[in-house]
Amino acid sequence: MSEKPRKFKGGVHPNDSKALSAHKAIQEAPLYGTYKVIMHQNIGAPPELLVKKGDAVKKGSLLCKASGFVSVPLHAPTSGTVKMIDKVPGPTGISVPCIVIEADGEDEWGCPFEPIADWQKTDPAELKQRVWDAGIVGMGGAGFPAHVKLSPPEDKPVDKLILNGAECEPYLTADHRLMLEQAEEVVLGAAILARILGLETAVIGVEDNKPDAIQALEKVAGKYNIEVVSLPVNYPQGAEKQLIYAITGREVPVGKLPSDVGCVVQNVASAVAVAEAVVKGIPSIERITTVTGKPLNDPGNWKLRIGTPIDEVLKLTGGIKEQPAKLLLGGPMMGIAQSSLDVTVMKNTSGVLLIAKDEVSLYTSEPCIRCGRCVDCCPMQILPATISQAVENNRFDWAERLNVMACIECGSCSYSCPSHRPLNQQFKRAKVEIRAGLRK
Amino acid sequence: MDILFPILTVGILGIFLGVIIGIVAKVFAVDIDERIEQVEEMLPGANCGGCGFAGCADFAKGVVAGKATPAGCPVCSPEDVVAISEYLGIAAEEKEKMVALVRCSGDIPNTVRSLYNGVRDCRSAVLVAGGAKGCDYGCLGFGSCAEACPFGAIEIRNGLAVVHKELCVGCENCVAACPKNLITMVPASAATHVYCNSPEKGAVKRKVCKTACIACRKCVKASGEEDYMEIDGFLVRSNYENPPPASLVEAAGCPTSALRVDTEHIKGAYGGASK
Repeated sequence: MSEKPRKFKGGVHPNDSKALSAHKAIQEAPLYGTYKVIMHQNIGAPPELLVKKGDAVKKGSLLCKASGFVSVPLHAPTSGTVKMIDKVPGPTGISVPCIVIEADGEDEWGCPFEPIADWQKTDPAELKQRVWDAGIVGMGGAGFPAHVKLSPPEDKPVDKLILNGAECEPYLTADHRLMLEQAEEVVLGAAILARILGLETAVIGVEDNKPDAIQALEKVAGKYNIEVVSLPVNYPQGAEKQLIYAITGREVPVGKLPSDVGCVVQNVASAVAVAEAVVKGIPSIERITTVTGKPLNDPGNWKLRIGTPIDEVLKLTGGIKEQPAKLLLGGPMMGIAQSSLDVTVMKNTSGVLLIAKDEVSLYTSEPCIRCGRCVDCCPMQILPATISQAVENNRFDWAERLNVMACIECGSCSYSCPSHRPLNQQFKRAKVEIRAGLRK
Repeated sequence: MDILFPILTVGILGIFLGVIIGIVAKVFAVDIDERIEQVEEMLPGANCGGCGFAGCADFAKGVVAGKATPAGCPVCSPEDVVAISEYLGIAAEEKEKMVALVRCSGDIPNTVRSLYNGVRDCRSAVLVAGGAKGCDYGCLGFGSCAEACPFGAIEIRNGLAVVHKELCVGCENCVAACPKNLITMVPASAATHVYCNSPEKGAVKRKVCKTACIACRKCVKASGEEDYMEIDGFLVRSNYENPPPASLVEAAGCPTSALRVDTEHIKGAYGGASK
């Protein structure tokens, strides 16, 4: 990197609590009896169901096929029989359809595609098709189909591929361990992604609180001409727009995509999934998840199949030593609180976090004291305090004029507010209302 | 003597300007249909928007212009409608009074599953894990509908919205406010309703709510020949074409008490207990 990474405006420094699981090597979870695979795991159209009750499936065989361009197929996490099409609580709490697979314990392989060994000579279009066929979505949390990001519009040429290894979210160490233990695959995935985009090189951005991961990546990065950039610790460093600014200095305008400034950002876990799909012919059926929190006996990083029930995941860590107050899927800043243990691991479940009773409190929201902390820390440089007033008065038109749509829902404003105002939730609401208004 | 000059100046100026105003008022006079004002006077003046117009004044304009009928006002009593129709010399339409019904009986002791400490507003609460109630379809109980009601007809009791039928005028403001689409308009004459809106299977509903309709069809059987109830999947509804009498509740013996008489429901007589 010729130039130093820039510091984006704003951001907060929450206690990262990564020490709980950062030193724990990735372990493979045992096979379970039943997997509940949520059907709609990607942003975009839900995929089309291909199996029915009683069908025998093999590990990696197709359960659903893509129903459009912004949709990805879904593969069976293990071999067994489809017991039924049931409903489980989705990550947002609303029940969603899932495919219940009763494992036969054989874990017999039955993948619909073959490995591509000489990917360096393969047509990029074929590689992209493989990324789509493997059902790879953004594994950082959003679940955006990877092949869509790899298909920038023709009038917007992409000249920069950035791999997101920032992992700025507190507690989560899954990407950290992945970069440390599977550095070669990360770099290989980066090289394949670069080939699909017709680029020579790629940049991996890692926050500098992971020096061992940076070292491991730098050791192997030269093989494919990949650059590793150490970024200053600042939440939300891993947000797409902030990462692009830090590395390239380009600002993505409100309502635009990274491709508008010639960038494509992929998570490092997605890159590993791409490498495995191309070189080994493995579809996206497992991911590395941090299972952590103070109430757990043995927090760690686990390789979990999609569809693994969360209560089984918690058992992996030797159970709990105290009754937790909260269960989150994802990290403490952007993760979603759960009300049931019936939720299952999805392609974008980066963390399962338990929060102890002494780490949370019930706050009452007080009036805004106009201290301006939220304005200072907002990485998108909007005015949370003012927008909050607009939302409280149901003035969504006003909120829209104040650019609430630029909000990335990172939660920095709510985190820094001394009056404990539910700013992030208000902005989520405003965005929903404004989008609903646009649809009319 | 000094005072005379200013008095004269101002006096003459006043007369001069008065004449100008008089001329302008004659030349640029706007014809106002006095009937509009009169009709507006006869309307309730709640400006609830239930008629679909921008307010009572706009509705009065619409009625006089023949774009709407007096019966289009949900707040007017039948007598008001007759009075306005007579004044305008048009035939009075008969209208059936409609009232809002919150199709849920899941109150706090019944269905709450988790603690929610965010914005006290249903449309915000629904964004956090679908709200704090165990049922995906249930009333969230933060009163977005009550806030939307200009007549104070909706009360939040025990985390459940209940409609005071006598106060409800049927303006439908609450219908759009509910993020769970729980509120529907029913004829005011119907007294017996199924207070459940979950299309899930009976067993799923019972896990999260003691007073859910499990579609056991006891009420359908008790109706006998009469077509009082409608079956819609795993949910039974009152057939508002032929509404069930209050006595059906007793006769059917609904095992979950989802089938209720509205006056008893508002008193809290069922208490969320199942038989």
